Amino acid sequence: MPMFVMLSLSLQQGDVVEGYRLTWHWQTYIEGIRTYDEQIIRSLGYGLAACLLQLAIGYPMAYWIAFHGGSRKSSYLFLLLLPFFVSFVLRTISWHFVLADDGIVLGTLKGFGLLPEDFHVLATTGAVIGGLAYNFLPFMVLPLYVALERIDPALIEASYDLYASRVQAFLRVIFPLSLPGAFAGVLMTFVPASSDYVNSSVLGGTHNTMIGNVIQNQYLVAQDYPIAAALSFTLMALLLVGIFLYARALGTEDVLEASAR
Amino acid sequence: MTTLSGTEPATKRRPRRLTGSRLLHIHTWLVIGWLCLPIAVMILFGFNDTKSRFNTTWQGFTFKWYGRLFEIEDLTKALGNSLLIGLLTTLIAGMLGTLIGIALGRYRFRGQGALNVVLFAAISCAEIVIGAALLSLFITMNVPLGFWTILVAHVMFCIPFVSLTVRARVLTLDPALEEAARDLGAGTWTTFRLVTLPMIFPAVLSGGLLAFALSIDDFIITNFTAGSTITFPLWIWGSTKAGSPPQVNVMGTLIFVAGVALAVLNALYARRRRA
Repeated sequence: MPMFVMLSLSLQQGDVVEGYRLTWHWQTYIEGIRTYDEQIIRSLGYGLAACLLQLAIGYPMAYWIAFHGGSRKSSYLFLLLLPFFVSFVLRTISWHFVLADDGIVLGTLKGFGLLPEDFHVLATTGAVIGGLAYNFLPFMVLPLYVALERIDPALIEASYDLYASRVQAFLRVIFPLSLPGAFAGVLMTFVPASSDYVNSSVLGGTHNTMIGNVIQNQYLVAQDYPIAAALSFTLMALLLVGIFLYARALGTEDVLEASAR
Repeated sequence: MTTLSGTEPATKRRPRRLTGSRLLHIHTWLVIGWLCLPIAVMILFGFNDTKSRFNTTWQGFTFKWYGRLFEIEDLTKALGNSLLIGLLTTLIAGMLGTLIGIALGRYRFRGQGALNVVLFAAISCAEIVIGAALLSLFITMNVPLGFWTILVAHVMFCIPFVSLTVRARVLTLDPALEEAARDLGAGTWTTFRLVTLPMIFPAVLSGGLLAFALSIDDFIITNFTAGSTITFPLWIWGSTKAGSPPQVNVMGTLIFVAGVALAVLNALYARRRRA
């Protein structure tokens, strides 16, 4: 099965390092992590920030579509997926264009004197996190929606019958039942967000490089394969530990189901 | 004051409920607006009558870029590559993914749990890691990078998505139908062709469409495995420093419109089948 090949491939990545040097040169790992610790921490931080932002934006949206969407639920979900019909790179570049210093938004506001001339959004941390949140938002909303949709309305009514207030019903019934969806959403957005390098290089300027930028640069420009492989292996190990802890704790069904939709 | 607060919640309850859901409604539409904003800008600036290569300020409405769509040779070639790779990926990943999906949905076999974990890992794995792993493999095996390595990579990351879509459908099928076909004298292949395949076809179709969409959109894995071959997303990436020409917006718009049209047709088709 091709998927087994894939698994062995990702394992072979470690071998490339050793094969290259022909010695168990763990030094490369230490060196790589030490040199780029700033980018590694920044990537995890940006990924986390984008995740929380998406949770804050996506949860109310998923809630509303699941409970108040009525017969037009699928239309709303379709609207949610519209950005996926435009290439990922093109979407990000479009944001670059919208947010450019003299672009249509900032340029106009500056023209009316509403913003100072030197105000800019691009090349800031906020722009990168915003871009990440934008690009992966549907991956957060869909699993949340699936989890919320699946809640039996009778459970919520039962909580009202037992004199729960609306807030209590939400906190004690709806929210705990939606947690698997939230975890699936966090996983599906945190992984691509923290390893992305498109947003940080298009929207982030030179001071917001993430570990993805380093890996891409080492592989494709500097061609220093050992260090690049060591770094991507480290990234994979960090993410895999999270993924398998997640799979052990909550099972794989939710994510598989959500991605099958 | 105390008497008021005693009666207020009961009378105010209804309107407050309404405003809460209305707020959420507005929030939902704001988010949808946010999601659509860059797309709208992209489409709009495909109609921009720009004089220079830089497509940054609005200079009037024109259709001329639609007429001069294929003027940039490299870009046209990149789009052609993307479409061809997408088509081949759809066919190959569609076929292999369907087989895995049927196997997972219908049979119990050794290593099934492991296969589930691998599919899960492949979907939740970071793209950059897949790309880097593939590149490492290609380098150690001395495979020249180009069209074929892109194709192999795309087939690989599309298979899990197809097989999961198919598996979901297979799980809903009644195995008695296939047994009935076999009782009526149909061989394994005939059963598959005349009974199983037509029943899972909607899932195969949507899995294939998904694979096509993923393939044509993919940037990160392609970036790692492409060598000097250029696809549509790679070309756009390369053009960012110089400012992308309006043809990019037009092509993006056309892909967007075609994608939406296909998705709507697919949904209508599914609804008619269900009805």
